Amino acid sequence: MSQLLEIRGLRVSAEDKELLHGIELTVGEGETHVLMGPNGAGKSTLGSTVMGSPEYSITGGSIIFDGADITEESADKRARRGIFLSFQDPVEIPGITLSEFMRNAVEQREGKRVKLFEHKKKLAEAMSLLGMDPSYADRELNVGFSGGEKKKAEILQLLMLRPRLAILDETDSGLDVDAVKTVSKGISEFKKSVGGSLIIITHNAAILGELHADKTHILADGRIAREGSGELAYEVLENGFEKYLCEV
Amino acid sequence: MKQKTQVGDIDRSLYDFRYEEDEADFLEGGLTPEIVREISREKNDPAWMLQFRLKALEIFQRKPMTEWGASVEGLDIDRIVTYIRPKSRMNTDWDNVPKDVRETFERLGIPQAERESLAGVGAQYDSELVYHNVRKEAEDAGVVYTDLESAMHDERYAEMIRSHFMKLVPPTDHKFAALHGAVWSGGSFVYVPEGVRLEIPLQSYFRLNARGAGQFEHTLIILERNSYLHFIEGCSAPKYYEAGLHAGCVELYVGEGAHLRYSTVENWSKNMYNLNTKRALVQKNGRIEWVSGSFGSHVSYLYPMSILNGEKASAEFTGITFAGEGQDLDTGAKIVHNAPDTYSCINTKSISKSGGKSTFRSAVTVNENAAGSKSTVSCESLMLDSISRSDTVPVIDVKTDKCDVGHEAKIGRISDEAIFYLTSRGLSEEDARAMIVRGFAENVSKELPLEYAVEMNNLIGLEMQGSIG
Repeated sequence: MSQLLEIRGLRVSAEDKELLHGIELTVGEGETHVLMGPNGAGKSTLGSTVMGSPEYSITGGSIIFDGADITEESADKRARRGIFLSFQDPVEIPGITLSEFMRNAVEQREGKRVKLFEHKKKLAEAMSLLGMDPSYADRELNVGFSGGEKKKAEILQLLMLRPRLAILDETDSGLDVDAVKTVSKGISEFKKSVGGSLIIITHNAAILGELHADKTHILADGRIAREGSGELAYEVLENGFEKYLCEV
Repeated sequence: MKQKTQVGDIDRSLYDFRYEEDEADFLEGGLTPEIVREISREKNDPAWMLQFRLKALEIFQRKPMTEWGASVEGLDIDRIVTYIRPKSRMNTDWDNVPKDVRETFERLGIPQAERESLAGVGAQYDSELVYHNVRKEAEDAGVVYTDLESAMHDERYAEMIRSHFMKLVPPTDHKFAALHGAVWSGGSFVYVPEGVRLEIPLQSYFRLNARGAGQFEHTLIILERNSYLHFIEGCSAPKYYEAGLHAGCVELYVGEGAHLRYSTVENWSKNMYNLNTKRALVQKNGRIEWVSGSFGSHVSYLYPMSILNGEKASAEFTGITFAGEGQDLDTGAKIVHNAPDTYSCINTKSISKSGGKSTFRSAVTVNENAAGSKSTVSCESLMLDSISRSDTVPVIDVKTDKCDVGHEAKIGRISDEAIFYLTSRGLSEEDARAMIVRGFAENVSKELPLEYAVEMNNLIGLEMQGSIG
């Protein structure tokens, strides 16, 4: 019924090497999914492919978003449909301020002009929620940001763009305890105010915070090795992957 | 499904209109003492100037062709028409300028800019100025802004011109400086008296309309102590198949404590060879600021030079070069630190696309007598595709260890990661590229005079709605 994202038999290659060998995964409207797996399992590949990265080519299967086949669509069109990816290592773009960029992106997302005053107000609110110094609004996008500030800026974009599906690719990696809390707070706020679906790629339970995960998927060697409830994520984090992968 | 988009070419329709020229006005092509004498006669030169021209011609004929940079093979100097008789005398009222000439400048927006934001305007069409005017306030303050030809016949300035003309750039400097000395025509003479600060800019616009011709204007600016001037220079030409030549010369004398800002936007058509020489001599506490946008021409050689000749004199050079298909733009800057505690800063960006080539050259010399001087050079290049080229050739010559000289160069391409990042936020690939290019050029393009900065944004193909505010 109300499936937001359906991934069917997805095969993905990069440079003639197959990285994902037939992934099946569905995410319902408003659900929160956790995607886990050992390094190199293909988690980021899956996230990037759903976003439409030209680095990977889809050799089989399909991606359906809100009933529409988006397998062949470019990233910007997917973004305008409401898909968002929080990057592990966001790119630095000199000469464009965070605020200027955000306004442009929000206008693309909403398909209409946004008044500067309103934009600045919303941006300031979201930044304050994430404990970002207001001066970052006028800094060049990601240029010279610390690892923590880059991740916060990604969550800031999540709050501003209000997507229907957000994929968070290790947004917690490399963050200290306090920063993870802040980021987690931002994600909860997204959940609360937007009610969008989430795919959280993580090695760390702390980012889940008070979020209730609906489902857990464990990815290994480019295949879904195991699926379970939200609680599975916590079990895996406690016991390690080995146990769960052997059972397959 | 990789989409390929491109940053647009400059919209040339603005420049590519032209009017038929009357061939009877052309002097014969080629370079002989007879041609030079004829130009001199047409222009009613003082006797010393005729001698100067003939001497320069001799030097030109002896000097070897430049061979170290972009190829000038397509340029046959013997066929270039060096002088075109004007259809009218210079005017101070646009209504008296011949209709097609006036229309040309109207289409380029010059009279409008004059009304709105300039203190004075000079407009040259082919070989001679057709219009020159300066606001009364500036004139009352003693500012002189006219053509060199009239100034040479004015006893107040005759000696000043004779003692400064081609003293900074002597005809012996290089082959095209010699050519300039022999056939120069038109340009501007500006004199700003001691302590006068002209807050609104003067602008000269050079338009080469004729086919297969050369433009050789000479700009001479003298700033007395503690004065200030912003001078804007613009150039364009319509497109022809025949090679055209621009070998202008700019000499700037910046007095003690004076400050000159010299902005150039060069938009020659792609059949032009732009072999231009610019030089500034800066006295104690004086300051020269160059702002340079090079977008046009087939081949350019352009390296404005600043000689810091007095204590604490300073030079700043900010430049942007955009080389598209069929363009080989060799640009940069030269600085000579020739007094203690002088300061220089070069900051350039170059963009190449569709097989264009841009080369950045800098030469910083710190003489023995320049202890305590500081110089920084930063150049960044961005190639928009894999068939374009970018080179950097920095030269540093330091003769004292009591100075601080730094150099930084970066050459890059637009990364696929950056495009993916921006498109994942909803920007089309085209907009993403434009945003990256615009961002790259940002700190330089904002220095350009407003109307040109706007044009450059259009050039980058970016209509970032809602981004201005």
